[in-house]
Amino acid sequence: MSITVEDLERTVNSGLTTAIKMSKINFGQLVIQISLEDLYSTILYLKTNNKCRFKQLIDITAVDYPEKNKRFKIVYLLLSHENNLRIIINMDIDEKNDVPSIIKIFPSANWMEREVFDMYGISFKDHPNLKRILTDYGFKGYPLRKDFPLTGHSEVRYDEDKKKVIYEPVKLEQEYRKFDSESPWEGTKYIKEEEKKKESENK
Amino acid sequence: MPKQTKTMNLNFGPQHPAAHGVLRLILELDGEVVEKIDPHIGLLHRGTEKLIEHKTYTQALPYFDRLDYVAPMNQEHAFALAVEKLLNIEVPIRGQYIRVLFCEIGRLLSHLLNVTTQALDVGALTPSLWGFEERETLMTFYERASGSRLHANYFRPGGVHKDLPVKLLEDIFSFCETFPKIIDDLETLLTDNRIFKQRNVDIGIVTKQEALEHSFSGVMLRGSGVPWDLRKSQPYECYQDFNFKIPVGKNGDCYDRYLCRMEEMRESINIIKDCIKKMPSGPVKSTDGKVTPPKRKDLKNSMEALIHHFKLFSEGFRVPEGEIYTAVEAPKGEFGVYLIADGSSRPYKCKIRAPGFSHLQAMDYLLKGHMLADVPAVLGSLDIVFGEVDR
Repeated sequence: MSITVEDLERTVNSGLTTAIKMSKINFGQLVIQISLEDLYSTILYLKTNNKCRFKQLIDITAVDYPEKNKRFKIVYLLLSHENNLRIIINMDIDEKNDVPSIIKIFPSANWMEREVFDMYGISFKDHPNLKRILTDYGFKGYPLRKDFPLTGHSEVRYDEDKKKVIYEPVKLEQEYRKFDSESPWEGTKYIKEEEKKKESENK
Repeated sequence: MPKQTKTMNLNFGPQHPAAHGVLRLILELDGEVVEKIDPHIGLLHRGTEKLIEHKTYTQALPYFDRLDYVAPMNQEHAFALAVEKLLNIEVPIRGQYIRVLFCEIGRLLSHLLNVTTQALDVGALTPSLWGFEERETLMTFYERASGSRLHANYFRPGGVHKDLPVKLLEDIFSFCETFPKIIDDLETLLTDNRIFKQRNVDIGIVTKQEALEHSFSGVMLRGSGVPWDLRKSQPYECYQDFNFKIPVGKNGDCYDRYLCRMEEMRESINIIKDCIKKMPSGPVKSTDGKVTPPKRKDLKNSMEALIHHFKLFSEGFRVPEGEIYTAVEAPKGEFGVYLIADGSSRPYKCKIRAPGFSHLQAMDYLLKGHMLADVPAVLGSLDIVFGEVDR
């Protein structure tokens, strides 16, 4: 009954034809690239198609590439128990794009989408309750974006005069240090390559 | 005249002994019946994923101990596997066996805590006293191997940090001989206990279909009758060398999940025993000098080894570009790491998929129509640890 990952790639490519912009098999998992408009139909197809049977949503996340034209990459991870296969769905989006919510297909997408919104500021269309989930009440900014500093913007402390916890801008006693220890020194592999080069020259 | 109903809002937590950590629930009650639950999480959010992006692969590993701090090494395992796959390195067979051994100890640690505290939540004090004594013994095994009881930092990409000390295997084996008796004792206290059954049977029922739709994994999925265990279905490390059964529930209620956990502990004991019997000799970590630091003895004599050691622990090793998702069967369910490497010595992105996150999300659906007193019972059987939910 169950199909191999190569079969799956063929099935998905023939079933979704134009929606798939790229597909490859990576460490035994199928990775496909789609565009924003096709998201809802693709996920629905993968869940309901008799051959694919991706009945479980594992996770939703995003990746920030600030230098790219389309800044974010959204990633959907699905699992099929029957076929014992996983699929990774990638999608490039703009900062302004609204992503369609897939709660109607997978109810568990609710918190996952909220987390992506919380961490990256990507908003989801038709989400019933799109508010922050992991960060503090009244938090500002999107912590997992690459331009958000590791130390954050505000810190809390207990104020003895006001008798309550107050928020203040971060004051660092010492500047945050990011050591750049990377060097062209690449160890054994580098030396091996040099040796090979010499050998081939000698021949 | 229509009946006048009035719902009451109740704030549960964030500091509540039955919440297993810092969880705040806003409950909407009609009398004692729960109408709606709105869990507020994130009170233990420490920004693990952000921190990992700023650390080398070696430095990122200890953060995984701090996720599900009840079974730390199982988390390290997922990360180590992801990095190994990207690097394309093999773990020597002894290293693999040691990993399996400690993963199963982690499973015992987690299930012992969960089963006994669940009993505590529904009114039984003794199991937790008995169970915690055993956990203490198990944690000394952790300590003897890694140097610390909880935050082990023992699994490394390429193997484990150090070989096991003398006599540890014998001691673990003799523990395995006596431990089943403790499980039996716990069962006599709980399994047929009238109060325990009244509080758990038919409470928080999850059907097969709903367990899948709500992204459940681990015992939450198996309790509802789905025979799915990553150790069997997608064997990682050397799990294919072991013979073990997957306990599966029937009704999907809190009581079935409790039974599954008890059975899983017995299976884990068998795996551990088997593992000790078969324990091969040889190196415990990859011999690839790109990832593994040189031996301490060499550091005293060789300048190159010293430089190599310094570079590995300052710059770290580089991981070739790629994206990967790896998952392990942690005691609480599928624990996954989605890793993007950009060729440098730091991860570009590391998303942690915690099983508790989606389990807790289903609180509202699980408890609608139940009584207020069932909230801690269901919460207990979900096996929530806030370290991993909030990350």
